[in-house]
Amino acid sequence: MTDHLPVLQVIIPLLAAVLCAVVRRGRITWAIALATTWASFWIAIQLLMRVRVEGPISYALGGWLPPEGIEYRIDLVSAFVLVIVTATGAIVTPYALKSVEREIDAAKIPLFYAAFLLCLTGLLGIAVTGDVFNVFVFLEISSLSAYTLISLGQDRRALTAAYQYLIMGSIGATFIVIGIGMMYVMTGSLNMADLSVLLAELGPNRTVVVAFGFLTVGISLKLALFPLHLWLPNAYTYAPSAVTAFIASTATKVAVYMLLRFFFTVFGAAFSFDVMQLDKVLLPLALIAIFTMSLVAIFQTNVKRMLAYSSVAQIGYIILGISLASVTGLTAAILHLFNHAMIKGSLFMAMGSVMYRVGSVELEAMRGLGKKMPLTMAAFVAGGFSLIGVPLTVGFISKWYLILGALEKGSWWWTVAALVLTTSLMAVVYIWRVVEAAYFQDFPGEEGAVVEAPYALLIPTWALIVVNFYFGIDATFTSEVAGSAARTLMGLAP
Amino acid sequence: MNVLGLVNYWAFVFLMMVGFYILISQGNLIKKIVGLNIFQTSVFILYISMGKIRGGTAPILTEGDPIYSNPLPHVLILTAIVVGVATTALGLSFVVRIHEAYGTVEEDEIHDLDVATASGEAPTLGVGA
Repeated sequence: MTDHLPVLQVIIPLLAAVLCAVVRRGRITWAIALATTWASFWIAIQLLMRVRVEGPISYALGGWLPPEGIEYRIDLVSAFVLVIVTATGAIVTPYALKSVEREIDAAKIPLFYAAFLLCLTGLLGIAVTGDVFNVFVFLEISSLSAYTLISLGQDRRALTAAYQYLIMGSIGATFIVIGIGMMYVMTGSLNMADLSVLLAELGPNRTVVVAFGFLTVGISLKLALFPLHLWLPNAYTYAPSAVTAFIASTATKVAVYMLLRFFFTVFGAAFSFDVMQLDKVLLPLALIAIFTMSLVAIFQTNVKRMLAYSSVAQIGYIILGISLASVTGLTAAILHLFNHAMIKGSLFMAMGSVMYRVGSVELEAMRGLGKKMPLTMAAFVAGGFSLIGVPLTVGFISKWYLILGALEKGSWWWTVAALVLTTSLMAVVYIWRVVEAAYFQDFPGEEGAVVEAPYALLIPTWALIVVNFYFGIDATFTSEVAGSAARTLMGLAP
Repeated sequence: MNVLGLVNYWAFVFLMMVGFYILISQGNLIKKIVGLNIFQTSVFILYISMGKIRGGTAPILTEGDPIYSNPLPHVLILTAIVVGVATTALGLSFVVRIHEAYGTVEEDEIHDLDVATASGEAPTLGVGA
């Protein structure tokens, strides 16, 4: 049984999604989703523990041995991403019950959970697989279901946002297939480990360079790297609250994982950074993303949109860590995958509670909520602290590593560290705008019109906040895993 | 360079550019989907061409020692075709619902309606929502 955990990680949510589509009873499908996400979370933890002790796990799908057969390969990076995705799923599903009943038609709820589980399947599949074409298939499974989930938003702009995302996402995915096809032309292999050997033997080659370019652009579209982030703000703003919390915490993170997998495992750090000079492209884009998107976030009047722009900036931090091309930088990037998932998950869930009670997430709607919904707004403030990077929160840990990584690089890199600190201050400004409205302005409506959010929403939100502080105070576990994962990617450890 | 011998690859590049151009230039949501289709179809040609060997046969064991074409790219592209169908279906269903909610499938008109919504002149909730 335990030998088959890698494939069960994908199969269980896939079958559960089909079950949800057949059962068609709102609460029952929710229970199925809850059981599935927690089972997946348990499997992910098991896998992480095993990888830490025994090293990478290779699983031959259907007994067909790699490189001919499809291989599921789990190393520290993929196990860590599996934990991020399943943990978010396990916390968002209990939250979804009430939130989704409020925001989505009762008739559509069973299909909502089916799409949700399909999305989970796709995201987990990308992290599990060791086959490049399999990555594309899982990418499309997760993307198509994500488009559907986003289109379920109440506002009609959710439809145009989903359409926009579909067009941009499909362009990205098609670029990725073209890149994979060109690698296949040159090597005749689709297995990642095999490809890395064959590509290294092949040496510099124009087709491989073109494949590299297509993959870079395709994956950058998926992970919303500035300036390819245009699909993201609308999608996050108009999607149902539970969907935003889930997608914001997982989809872009898994795309970053794809970036790491292709550039470090398949092409190899030496080719990506020494030959292709990828860092020279990523670094300026990351810096522009961090600065301009933090600036744009300050001027938003819709809090979900503000957090969406902040997400693009946070992805900039992750890409900045990668573009440092050092173990410390990579550690910061991998740590921030986890940390940002927890931060944005909790912030979007707090906004979902506001949506549940007030029906709007405009800044105006926040007025006086500090008194009316004290626990929800306290969660938002706590998550905000983490986003800013106040000590004792996870946000501080990732920025600490990021600044360390930048300073390690040499003389002029303190400017990058300074930019990271400046943009943290910008985060103070946009979080403060919500705090100002919630705590220092009077509630405009009638007394008793708005009460605290139900516990079904509060408990998951606060669970994530506790995670934020727990791993902010004791980061040994996360930073150790991220550190060894970074060394594995750089080829310094098995 | 053997231009004629690479005719499939030229077709791939041409179709890819045509599809991509339609995607970028068209404001009509349905035409965009058509562009996306052409764009994705071009990739099918790339994959199918790379598996073919001149004089190669289907990979079935026979007498003698024939040259086989590589079947794997064809199988891969079957998957990609399914993905393409699903994407088109989903995209068109979005267009139907956008048409229900906005009464138009032109991007600039939808944009104007959204601007009007943002400034509070039109109802926020869509018909289809």
